[in-house]
Amino acid sequence: MSNFPFLSVLTVAPLVGALVVAVLPRRRPDLAKQVAFGWSLLVLALSVVMWLEFSTGGERLQFRESYTWIPQWDARFTFAADGIALVMLMLIAVLVPLVILASWHDAESSKRSVPVYFALLLVLESTMIGVFAAADVFLFYVFFEVMLVPMYFLIGSYGGHQRQYAAVKFFLYSLVGGLFMLAAVIGLWVVGGKTFDWQALTQVDISTGTERWLFLGFFLAFAIKAPFFPFHTWLPDAGGAAPAGAAALLVGVLDKVGTFGILRYCLPLFPEASKWFAPWALALGVIGIIYAALLAVGQNDLKRLVSYTSIAHFGFIGVGIFAFTTQAGTGAVLYMLNHGLATGLLFLVVGMLVARRGSALISDFGGAGKLVPLLAGVLFFAGLASLALPGTAPFVSEFLVLIGTFTVNKPVAVIATLGIILAAAYVLWMVQRTTQGTLNPALAEVEPMRRDLNLREKVVVAPLIALIVLLGFYPKPVTDVINPAVRATMEDVGRTDPAPEVGGVVQEAHR
Amino acid sequence: MNAPAEPAGAVAYAPASGLLGSFWLLVAIPLASAAILLLLGRRADRWGHWLGVAAIGASFVLGLTYFFQLRGLENKSAELSLWDFIAVGDFKVDFGLLFDPLAAVFVLLITGVGFLIHLYAVEYMAHDEGRRRFFGYFNLFVAAMLLLVLGNNYVMLYFGWEGVGLASYLLISFWYGRPSAATAGKKAFLMNRVGDAGLAIGIFIMFATLGTTQYDEVFNGVGSLTSTTVLVLGLLLLLGAAGKSGQFPLQAWLPDAMEGPTPVSALIHAATMVTAGVYLIARSNPVFSANSTLQLVVVSVGALTLLLGCVIGAAKDDIKRVLAWSTVSQIGYMFLGVGLGGGAYALAIIHLLAHGFFKANMFLGAGSVMHGMHDQVDIRRFGGLSKYMKITWITFMMGWLAIIGLPPLSGYFSKEPIIAAAFSRDDWTAWLFGGAALLGAGLTAFYMTRLFVLTFHGPKRWTEDIEHPHESPKLMTIPLILLAIGSVVAGGLMVWNDGLASWLTPVLGEAGEEHHPVLSHTLITILSLVVTVAGAGLAWSLFRNGTATEPQPAGVLVTAARRNLYTDAFNEAVFEKPGIFLTRALVFLDNRGVDGLVNGLAAAVGGGSGRLRRLQTGFVRSYATSILTGALLVVAAFLAVQAGWLA
Repeated sequence: MSNFPFLSVLTVAPLVGALVVAVLPRRRPDLAKQVAFGWSLLVLALSVVMWLEFSTGGERLQFRESYTWIPQWDARFTFAADGIALVMLMLIAVLVPLVILASWHDAESSKRSVPVYFALLLVLESTMIGVFAAADVFLFYVFFEVMLVPMYFLIGSYGGHQRQYAAVKFFLYSLVGGLFMLAAVIGLWVVGGKTFDWQALTQVDISTGTERWLFLGFFLAFAIKAPFFPFHTWLPDAGGAAPAGAAALLVGVLDKVGTFGILRYCLPLFPEASKWFAPWALALGVIGIIYAALLAVGQNDLKRLVSYTSIAHFGFIGVGIFAFTTQAGTGAVLYMLNHGLATGLLFLVVGMLVARRGSALISDFGGAGKLVPLLAGVLFFAGLASLALPGTAPFVSEFLVLIGTFTVNKPVAVIATLGIILAAAYVLWMVQRTTQGTLNPALAEVEPMRRDLNLREKVVVAPLIALIVLLGFYPKPVTDVINPAVRATMEDVGRTDPAPEVGGVVQEAHR
Repeated sequence: MNAPAEPAGAVAYAPASGLLGSFWLLVAIPLASAAILLLLGRRADRWGHWLGVAAIGASFVLGLTYFFQLRGLENKSAELSLWDFIAVGDFKVDFGLLFDPLAAVFVLLITGVGFLIHLYAVEYMAHDEGRRRFFGYFNLFVAAMLLLVLGNNYVMLYFGWEGVGLASYLLISFWYGRPSAATAGKKAFLMNRVGDAGLAIGIFIMFATLGTTQYDEVFNGVGSLTSTTVLVLGLLLLLGAAGKSGQFPLQAWLPDAMEGPTPVSALIHAATMVTAGVYLIARSNPVFSANSTLQLVVVSVGALTLLLGCVIGAAKDDIKRVLAWSTVSQIGYMFLGVGLGGGAYALAIIHLLAHGFFKANMFLGAGSVMHGMHDQVDIRRFGGLSKYMKITWITFMMGWLAIIGLPPLSGYFSKEPIIAAAFSRDDWTAWLFGGAALLGAGLTAFYMTRLFVLTFHGPKRWTEDIEHPHESPKLMTIPLILLAIGSVVAGGLMVWNDGLASWLTPVLGEAGEEHHPVLSHTLITILSLVVTVAGAGLAWSLFRNGTATEPQPAGVLVTAARRNLYTDAFNEAVFEKPGIFLTRALVFLDNRGVDGLVNGLAAAVGGGSGRLRRLQTGFVRSYATSILTGALLVVAAFLAVQAGWLA
């Protein structure tokens, strides 16, 4: 089984599914939904098999496949996954079926084709898998850009208020980032011996100046994608306008391409530049944590609020990556997974509330717990995961990021720790204004608000809650997968963890 | 990791064996019961409360069993590692537990008093539609609290620490339909998180300096830390402790927490959770004892808070808030004790346990009064209840006499030694802190007597809807009676033959040489009795004829005390208002400034804002154009490279 071409099959399969769904008659929307859901379950099953086949103590890049593509440029269809990519692929495989199930009725309110909506979700899955599975820089770039297309249509055609503005803004920002990266990709090809093979490129020595420029090209694209402060302003618009399911994928997975890209491309390919820029990146991260959390406190719109919390969380991931310790790095990758689960859940639950109320404005709610106690309970749970309460998965990742950062950079870690207070503020205030207090009379008159979670919605939230609790108590199966890849990345950068400074004497190991 | 040479008398725990190998059940049983109650939903409504009571009862019985097992052990410790929690690089944390003398007394307090309060709550919450949910949260609290005291490392402690914070939040805002309850819950969680952030940074320091968060390794390594590191570490732990225990400057949430149902106030916000800060400092005694400046800070926080609580408590008219400020004040005594160090660690723990009995007793008594008086909480609207609620009256009286320290009730044996210990400091601070503790004893007698007299004696001042207040049912009075017995005898039993102090010696260390107080011990005893009698007598004479039922104009001090000595006003002016302003300003800035700037740049790059507008109108076509442009760029670039223009 280990010779099975997992990654190419996983990339192509959803695309085939999308074609099948797209050609289904528009009059049979239910069939399209069922096919799309079934197809995404197959992808999940195959991903689980791949997870089991992955050898934690084995090579850094596994399941490698390589096919000829453009021989003149030495660009190949090369796929391979390390532990980091594997975790992200698993996240995609888990989230997509749940998003399809959660979006069951979302496309019906728009006048557009229902089958196309689900086909777009599968196209998105295919491109997202491709971007994480690619081990060829050019292939990565192509997926990085193509990924925009299905998301653009999901927001622009099926979104809510101001969807076209949001879609264009999303597209423009990403395109600008992509152009910077394109320039850097070409530059890398030139100085790297005219190959796009990732493995070969890690062995190349690049002069300091060139390395810094190339790093910047990649980093800008990733910082816009992630997004880091101050490139974040497209996300609240996109997250606010996108349908809830698409927003869950946008923030839960698509944005992680940015942080994944930094780990896979910036650090190993440009280690010296990464170290040189690290203080700046740490500063952006830590500003983002505080700044976005404060903005989240001040939001009036549920979906925009969740988007801002995500920007704060991306700040944590950025800090974790650029601290260059195994704890912070592993924490950052685990954060990418946990944030996908927790914020994915949060977006989906918010979507369920918004679909019932017909509005995402917080002031249109108030006392909703009396009407939909279970839904309010799940919203609260998702909030707890978002504020990284022990017992939920995000606690482990946040704690690892902070403790790993503290050993090398105390001020950054201490300021970032203040973010956990602000996280409690934005979550609890949101919960209070939405579900607690006296019942908003207008709310009680909205008929759908009297229906609590139905079976379909329970099936959507239950696996996410279970995963969040399970990984909150026993994260080891995931950290064991991530850890070797992070350690290898830290070796690429040439950093090892500091030894404990017993007695106040700093003993920098292996210096 | 290069561990320092272990000094003589190093902390070392023995692995759990035999029956003690199963002491994880203490946490697992309440947790499982909470999960069942919360997941089954309405299906468990009819029997859910009994499952909750049974789970805590089972934990108590198990706790007793393990306690007797521990007594028979040479090493007086049992350590258990359940599974690898986090293991990344050198950072290794087990899901590890430790059962030792300190943990054991907390287990018995939490499950013992907890069981009685659970029993009481079955009746108290009988007419609340959310009773099952209530017991679900209640058991979640017990599980988290037991994890807090049973962890064998600081990460486990933090796990339980935030867990009890969650349970506390859920129970304070249990009646979430009331805006005041929802706000109080949020306030409690937020102020606790301020403390939690301190505790977290403290844990980071341990890992950065010693490479570990295990109790034994941290304690053995304290000696190798610089005194500055110890001071910073201790202050951060103190911040966490102050948040959880409602100590200055993080005390404001605790009185508001009375929005929760009364059994919650009794168990969480009086007997157990709020004493977690005392546990943290006592558990970390090697850290605190290693730095005298640190101890001075702890003592100061304790002394300041104990006076603050007394003064505000004397001016309040809500029966639960008086008791809440009294809790703040009594925990101040405990902080004073753990700050004094040496033999006073054990004194603080003794006071903590004794307080657990008499304060839980009085809170449940207050609940019983409210039960009979249509949920009235204003003591100006009580009076003369001794005739109508005999059991509540007698049991409350035991609690009152215990807390003011009348011999031979519990409080006398637990509080007076702390006052004496405060007078035993080496320098002039003996007078400062001893005096504060003594003054506090007088004030305590005053405000508790005021509360007792206004509630149970004097003329009736009831609202018109009450005709004949009834005594509470047996399920409520039996716990009251048992807790009242505890209030009477627990203190004496604990100090009998130095029993509890010597039981705790393996954890808290030897008492060391006896310091001589600046006043003779006999004189201190006499003085504390005198101030107690004076305070109680003054209150009795002032309030035996009742009080006005409307707010009365008052002098500067009383007005200030009614307003919590302006601590809330300070928080509002310094943190809340500027915070709200800051977020509003940032939201404005982010929409106009950052977004505008970046959009402007984008527009400039894209050839002016006209182009952006075009994109928004004919979006599909324009989108296709941009993809095409991008593709052309790629091809052109590669052709250029191929031709060697760039290489």
